[in-house]
Amino acid sequence: MENEAGALSRVAGLFSARGYNIESLTVAPTEDPSLSRMTLVTRGTDEIIEQITKQLNKLIDVVKLMDMTDGPHIEREMMLVKVHAEGERRNELKRLADIFRGRIIDVTDQNYTIELTGAGDKLDAFLQALDRGVIIEVVRSGVSGISRGERSLKL
Amino acid sequence: MELTGAEIFVRSLEAEGVEFIFGYPGGAVLHIYDALYKQDKMKHILVRHEQAATHAADGYARSCGKPGVVLVTSGPGATNAVTGIATAYMDSIPMVVFTGQVPTHLIGNDAFQEADNIGITRPCVKHNFLVKDVRDLAKTIKKAFYVATTGRPGPVVVDIPKDITANKAEFSYPDKIDMRSYNPVQIGHTGQIKRAVKLMQTARRPILYTGGGVILGDASAALTELAKIMNFPVTNTLMGLGAYPATDSQFVGMLGMHGTYEANMAMHHCDVLFAIGARFDDRVTGHIEKFCPNATIVHVDIDPASISKNVKVDVPIVGCVDNVLKAMLHEIKGNDVHSNAVALKEWWQQIDEWRSKDCLKYERDSEAIKPQFVLETLYKLTEGDAFITSDVGQHQMWAAQFYKFDKPRRWINSGGLGTMGFGLPAAMGVQFAHPDATVACVTGEGSIQMCIQELSTCTQYSLPVKIINLNNGYLGMVRQWQEFFYQKRYAMSYMESLPDFVKLAESYGHVGMKITHPGDVEGALMEMLKLKNRLVFMDFITDKTENVYPMIPAGGGQNEMILV
Repeated sequence: MENEAGALSRVAGLFSARGYNIESLTVAPTEDPSLSRMTLVTRGTDEIIEQITKQLNKLIDVVKLMDMTDGPHIEREMMLVKVHAEGERRNELKRLADIFRGRIIDVTDQNYTIELTGAGDKLDAFLQALDRGVIIEVVRSGVSGISRGERSLKL
Repeated sequence: MELTGAEIFVRSLEAEGVEFIFGYPGGAVLHIYDALYKQDKMKHILVRHEQAATHAADGYARSCGKPGVVLVTSGPGATNAVTGIATAYMDSIPMVVFTGQVPTHLIGNDAFQEADNIGITRPCVKHNFLVKDVRDLAKTIKKAFYVATTGRPGPVVVDIPKDITANKAEFSYPDKIDMRSYNPVQIGHTGQIKRAVKLMQTARRPILYTGGGVILGDASAALTELAKIMNFPVTNTLMGLGAYPATDSQFVGMLGMHGTYEANMAMHHCDVLFAIGARFDDRVTGHIEKFCPNATIVHVDIDPASISKNVKVDVPIVGCVDNVLKAMLHEIKGNDVHSNAVALKEWWQQIDEWRSKDCLKYERDSEAIKPQFVLETLYKLTEGDAFITSDVGQHQMWAAQFYKFDKPRRWINSGGLGTMGFGLPAAMGVQFAHPDATVACVTGEGSIQMCIQELSTCTQYSLPVKIINLNNGYLGMVRQWQEFFYQKRYAMSYMESLPDFVKLAESYGHVGMKITHPGDVEGALMEMLKLKNRLVFMDFITDKTENVYPMIPAGGGQNEMILV
């Protein structure tokens, strides 16, 4: 998308005006400062996805659009979880974070903050694995996507 | 030499060849108005309400094909214009609307007459721009006109903060503009065009369903030639009336909720549907599951998002309608393609049988004036050559049914948004574009009162618009639905305390006539037409309870019409 004020609200406005659902949305400027890259996750029948694709392409701030699910691709989300980490629990949480290839990035005598990256279901699984009541706070980034192999989204 | 933003604005519009600006001044645009005062190339038309400025610009654009231009102030000026912008958006009308904005440093401060014009108009424009630097102004105006007039046309808003109009910059107006994210398709896909032509050859019960895109894309001539060569029946949508000559024998009338029996039955029974510059609106399709149950559908449209939006299409063709139709004609002529004459003969016999229902018949010896009779007489006396604008409701449907449009851009109405109050200001815009033509606004006592203040604008600019007020004392279409579907509970559809329209017209310096007997209709209309240089307000007191027929009730299929 053009990296312009209002571009994001055009996309968000389109989804709400036409009754489509945004599951997640990640956007940031690219190496070309005049462009932003947005990864948007939505769900629908083939007809609805076709219509969403066409409507997005119609937005003048949208420069190029690619449906990642047309081919093999990688999805990643980043999650930060703040957990109660006292006594016995400290080791257990460290081990669990290791199993999920998470990293503890902030430590106090009361709690840990764990950073975890991966596909959405891996992040879900990690949260499931945590004892109830241990979670203080969770923040998730929304999905970033890139296609595998030679296929790429560039101008 | 450096110019102020206001001067750049004026020079840019001159470079675009703008003739008329429809607008209303206010604090945020005073620099611009001062710059307009000092020039004489463009004419500014002062309306009485910003909604009317947008409708007038819209009527101008629809009738002559050039983009309409609007200038309003910040805050209420812009919000008043929104209805007209949304109207133009729904009907894909090219329009550039300049809104004033509070100075840059006050944006977001809840300043006096501040509104988020970009945010408010975003869902009803093709695109909008906020100008944040005077050096971007000329380029932004160029982009606005380019976006508004190319591809599927539509309104574009340019929001200009007051300080930008005072700041100075070097002026140069770009000859052309390149936008990496905006490249509308022009030419249709050759393979798809061949497939469509093949279907024309094999179709046994074809129909051409053509809409506003044919008019906007100036493709009437190509459409007519194609229909003639193939001997296919043609139906126009409400927006497409005039795209194909209504007096031609191959025209089966308008389709849809209040379309003709023959048009809707032909749609329902067709085996190949050629949709051209039409968008399968719910008022056309009726119940979507029952729509054209046996048809292979070809859809030509400039907007890919219109294709397979409501109805799944078999042969999609994205491109300018005129280019695509010409490519089809080329293919047909080049390969000596013929339609199936034997099958078509049978098909026409069937259509003629449907026609013989005479679905638009009405009681001709009524004591009360029948609205249909007024329109038939208007058609006869103007020889079908007037520009007709309309408001929204029963009168709009009767005008669409009874005034036979043989030429494009003669029928000016709010089809998509259905905006009451559109007719009179739109007629003003049409009259500016065609000063010598007969321009009649067909309206009702409900709609006309939504923008009646514009009678004053008509006085100021001596606009000889003819107002055909079909006055039944009811919000007729609402009343009709209440009669059919709400057991005659006429909630709020009766308009009490109407003004004396004759005196009202006279108070603005116009001519008013009140007609109460059917026998006086023709004479009064003749008198009206003789008053070439005057606005004449014709208050026809019509049958109070006349209904529009045929009618497909909501949820019905095209073959499920209520006939008179």
